[in-house]
Amino acid sequence: MTQKASGVFNWLNHRLPIVNTYERHLSKHPVPKKVNFWYMFGALASVVLIIQIVSGIWLMFGYENTEEGAFASVEYIMRDIEYGWIIRYMHTTGASMFFAVVYLHMFRGLLYGSYHKPRELVWVFGMTIYLVMMAEGFLGYVLPYGQMSYWGAQVIISLFGAIPYIGESLEIWVRGDYYISGATISRFFALHVVALPLILIALVFMHLVALHEVGAGNPEGVDIEKHLDENGVPLDSVPFFPYKVLNALVAIGIFGIVFSIIMFFFPEGGGYMLELANFEEANPLSTPEHIAPVWYYSPYYAMLRAVPDKLGGLVVMGAAIAILFVVPWLDRSKAASIRYKGVLSKIAMTIFVISWIMLAWLGTVPVTALRTTLSIIGTIIYFSFFLLMPIYTSIETSKPVPERL
Amino acid sequence: MDETIDLMEDTTTTRRKVLIGMTAGVGAVGASFAVVPFIASWNPSAKAKAVGGPVKVDVSKMQVGQKIQVSWRKQPVFVIRHSKEALANLVQVESKLDDPSSMKIDEPYRGANATRSTSTEYTVIAGVCTHLGCAPKYYPEMESQPWDESWVGGFFCPCHGSMFDIVGRVFKGVPAPTNLKVPPHYFDGSILTIGEERGTA
Ligand code: HEM
Ligand code: FES
Repeated sequence: MTQKASGVFNWLNHRLPIVNTYERHLSKHPVPKKVNFWYMFGALASVVLIIQIVSGIWLMFGYENTEEGAFASVEYIMRDIEYGWIIRYMHTTGASMFFAVVYLHMFRGLLYGSYHKPRELVWVFGMTIYLVMMAEGFLGYVLPYGQMSYWGAQVIISLFGAIPYIGESLEIWVRGDYYISGATISRFFALHVVALPLILIALVFMHLVALHEVGAGNPEGVDIEKHLDENGVPLDSVPFFPYKVLNALVAIGIFGIVFSIIMFFFPEGGGYMLELANFEEANPLSTPEHIAPVWYYSPYYAMLRAVPDKLGGLVVMGAAIAILFVVPWLDRSKAASIRYKGVLSKIAMTIFVISWIMLAWLGTVPVTALRTTLSIIGTIIYFSFFLLMPIYTSIETSKPVPERL
Repeated sequence: MDETIDLMEDTTTTRRKVLIGMTAGVGAVGASFAVVPFIASWNPSAKAKAVGGPVKVDVSKMQVGQKIQVSWRKQPVFVIRHSKEALANLVQVESKLDDPSSMKIDEPYRGANATRSTSTEYTVIAGVCTHLGCAPKYYPEMESQPWDESWVGGFFCPCHGSMFDIVGRVFKGVPAPTNLKVPPHYFDGSILTIGEERGTA
């Protein structure tokens, strides 16, 4: 570096804590020395967040947020704008990958008890992120104003109608019209591209600040803060640079390859990521034969359909998400990680995963009597996993957690 | 010097608390007023309210048993022409219904006709499922269906399986909570006007 450049840098650094922040939160940040691939999904989620923001801004250059123009403008992006199709498929693939990565990230949390003390708040911020993401994904899906946009939104907005007394006026207020019209699209657009992304970025920031305050966990559930060196740095930690950068870069590289394969070869994801009915413009007079949500909402949708009551369905769906927020206080186990938890936790986790996948599938297929029964069973298992957690995690005997990593 | 000590005295702390309380109170009132335009601007605009006038349709060409779909306020309205027998049979299906006399909703023409409309022959109902808003499909045939083995004709909602009879009354044990709505309408001979009552325009 030349004299001049370092002079400028020093000038800046005295006015903005660049080096300090970089060292504290990146290069010298102590991370547990042994973690596995499950700990990569947070970094990957950050990467997808950036992909979504950039591709989203580029989509805005061609998108028109009106009732007459929305559908045609998406076709215009796909057909007439140079490389517009890549931009759009990047964004739609990104949406699915965002959820895939975040679901794996959350599952890691359940598996290794990442939400245990002192990381409860990290989990709660994470759940809030998840909630905002669900809203963000829904709003985005409405924007192309295809058949699925319209009828999916019709169903979701009608959920507000289930709220006693104020429901019906609330529905009209949300739509800003008596049907899902240009008024609805333009407000959904503003929320999707400005309001929620701002909130999302702020929440991710808080998520990471909270995490760095207490330090990252590890698959063993060992508290590395118990053994510190003379500088107060955990003995079982290594600085992020140079020890963990490569891991992260390799993970991002593999992820980039998977992402590209999906984007180029399976952008519709077999109808689970982009539904075929959405290649037709919205028709408020005709419901498609079969309405299903995109895959990442389908477990909740299966639960909604399992309940033969309008308000009941809404309550069950809401509760299914709400209960995730309080997991840190439901798990009474002494061991954080599934590796040291008792056999009951292991059985519960296995059944839970199977039933979650079953619900995800059920939410995408048309109803039959048998499938409704399965959805009811799946819903009961889902809730039992969480509601019984205080019981089975306290009566089982867990193995002793090692002192050191 | 004395100033700073004074500030710590009891009399000034209470005074400060009162002032803080009052400021917070005024601030809260101001904030609630400031919120009003932000909330209210989400209501349907004057323009959205203005469209959605009544629509007219000639129903004389309809076959008995036929259903047509009319768009009113961009929402489907179903008009069905019933045979005398079909209307007479309505009593039989009542045991399956949740609310045969439409007591749970604001029924505009309750008790007037078996059709629920102002006509003795045509039913006029909103084609919007009272569950989550899909458009139910019309299956007039009396034959076993995947969703009901003893189906006697009516509407089936593909979204979550709600069932309604041929005049839009909801079955028991389905997700839809109430009967399909009857929009305001009137007949002038064979001309049906949907969206207003006779003589209100
Ligand atoms: C935009 C979405 C998200 C981003 C960008 C993000 C980012 C991150 C990053 C970079 C880490 C550290 C690396 C790692 O452990 O993977 C992390 C940790 C964590 N995240 Fe997230 N996250 C997101 C969503 C969520 C959600 C939805 C939850 C769960 C409800 C969650 C819960 C956690 C927990 C508990 C940790 C601490 C893990 C540990 O240290 O053991 N995060 N997050
Ligand atoms: S919308 Fe008709 S059954 Fe749900």
